Amino acid sequence: MSTVPLTGDVIWPILRLRDVGKVYATGSMEVDALRGVSMDVDRGEYVAIMGPSGSGKSTLMHILGCLDVPTTGSYHLAGEDVSAMSEDALAAVRNRQIGFVFQQFNLLAALPAWRNVELPLCYSGAGRAERKERAMGALARVGLADRVDHRPGELSGGQQQRVAVARALVTDPSLILADEPTGNLDSHSSADVLGLFAELHDQGRTIVLITHEPDVATSAQRVVRILDGQVDSALSAIPASAGSAR
Amino acid sequence: MSWGGTIRTALEAIGSRRLRSSLTMLGILIGVAAVMLTVGLGQGAQTQVRDQINRLGSNLLIVSPGSATSTSGIRGGRGSASTLTTRDATALASRVVAPDIARVAPVVTGSQSLTARSTNWSTNVVGTTPDWLPVRARSLTQGRFFTLAELGDAASVAVLGSTTATELFGGRDALGQSVTINGTTLTVIGILNTVGSSTTTDEDDQAVVPQTTYSSRIASSGNARGISTLYLQAVSTDVLSAAYQEAQKALLSTHGVTVAAADFTISSQQSLLTTATAADRTLTVLLAGIAAISLLVGGIGVMNIMLVSVTERIREIGLRKALGATPRAVRRQFLVEASTLGLCGGVLGVLLGLVGARVLPHFLNQPVTISPVAGIGALGVSLVIGIVAGVYPASRAARLAPIDALRSE
Repeated sequence: MSTVPLTGDVIWPILRLRDVGKVYATGSMEVDALRGVSMDVDRGEYVAIMGPSGSGKSTLMHILGCLDVPTTGSYHLAGEDVSAMSEDALAAVRNRQIGFVFQQFNLLAALPAWRNVELPLCYSGAGRAERKERAMGALARVGLADRVDHRPGELSGGQQQRVAVARALVTDPSLILADEPTGNLDSHSSADVLGLFAELHDQGRTIVLITHEPDVATSAQRVVRILDGQVDSALSAIPASAGSAR
Repeated sequence: MSWGGTIRTALEAIGSRRLRSSLTMLGILIGVAAVMLTVGLGQGAQTQVRDQINRLGSNLLIVSPGSATSTSGIRGGRGSASTLTTRDATALASRVVAPDIARVAPVVTGSQSLTARSTNWSTNVVGTTPDWLPVRARSLTQGRFFTLAELGDAASVAVLGSTTATELFGGRDALGQSVTINGTTLTVIGILNTVGSSTTTDEDDQAVVPQTTYSSRIASSGNARGISTLYLQAVSTDVLSAAYQEAQKALLSTHGVTVAAADFTISSQQSLLTTATAADRTLTVLLAGIAAISLLVGGIGVMNIMLVSVTERIREIGLRKALGATPRAVRRQFLVEASTLGLCGGVLGVLLGLVGARVLPHFLNQPVTISPVAGIGALGVSLVIGIVAGVYPASRAARLAPIDALRSE
């Protein structure tokens, strides 16, 4: 188990998990999806969470994304304890602090790109003109300034994922959380999207990327390996790039 | 999300499933139009009956022989010996006995065959007094009515309804012509104005003669004083009930009977109206009830579609929650969508109802009265149905956990 010592720093890391456990009750069976995960991610870090399927990395991603709450342990996001927040408070945290990028893109097919991008702003109460302006800005940043009025069906997979990244960026969140963002993309589009993440990281964004592909994980600064619901400390210590170099 | 944004999202969601949304609205549409039209038909029929009864004359009291009581059935009768006589009419005409009764028109009627040259026409012959004209609120298009002198003389004169005149004389001028009733030849001195038919009789198809002429020279059998109906006109609407009391008192005393043994019935226009419209109202309530059930079924349709929609859009709900939608925002989105479906159905239903109100009278020969209140009410009801139908699906959507919603395929 990883033992990251709690320091007396006034500046909190962007993510701090302490002994987080998650138990799912499926029927009469109880499944320990996570068993005591502790980890920190600092501001501006680019971290890949890697693990085979069933390792608990999806559960970890849900907890990191405030889509689910841990059964035990504590989780601080930008200094705030989200372990015991109400549903409304969690919705607000998801809205302001986290930008999601999903494997399935999860764009609304009926809406043009810019309307998809402005969606999070609708829930934060931004005015109409501001929403449009920020959506256009985010789309320009992912290189889709000329595709703002296209519906998802009229865009390639890579372009759709870029729209999703723009949507994740638009609220200017503390953390971008990407769940297998290249899982549904060909190698060219994958490289494209990963390049975008690298760019965002260079601009100082914090990115947590969840993947089971070592190639994808190499683009991150640091790799956290999850196995059987625990952080595999022995492997996590080695950077993915170094690992693949050996 | 703001209300404007929520409404826009709802409209987009409805618009993106056009066929399904229109079929859902159709249920509400048909229900609203059916309720509006049945209520409109009922009100139209009631207005028609009210018009017909008002056409009898104003401030009218009608005295008929015999009395119907709940305990003893019908006492006396028009068919047997009439209990009303011209003496009753004379008594009621007295200013002393009945100061609130302005005019009295005794009427004796019978179905008779009229002959003019070779033309025969069977119709209702009315024997009455000159007061009949103002009491029944009639006028003449041609000629004159008979006078008191002619009444006293049992003169050979007749006033014809417009239909009767046309039937007997065709297009020719009926004035001054002769008409034979039961062997008595009368001269036509006037033609009544046209008023249309009432519920029971065609007011334009009748012959009016002096009561004395009818009783002594036309009626085949005997009671010269017997009359079938007494029409009383009160001085004004305000004293209608006083006139009613006076008439009852005077008739009881001339007949020498108590209220319990009364052998006559006094009815007012109001009581006639109540009786005549009661059946219409019952039918209207019944039909409107059936229409309301169809509206309810329409509401269930909205609920059904909203539940399907929630299940179908479970990923969208999950995504919206992941992007920061609160349960309240999700609930509101689906509620607004359901109530928009209801309201749009309602608006279209009201439009269809208005079109139906213009078109139906041509096919049914029945007036349809649509009140603004009914239209606004129908809109309100369809909105409420949409909201009620949306509550359960919306709260189901709001309760979905974001991960479950995102995970589902």
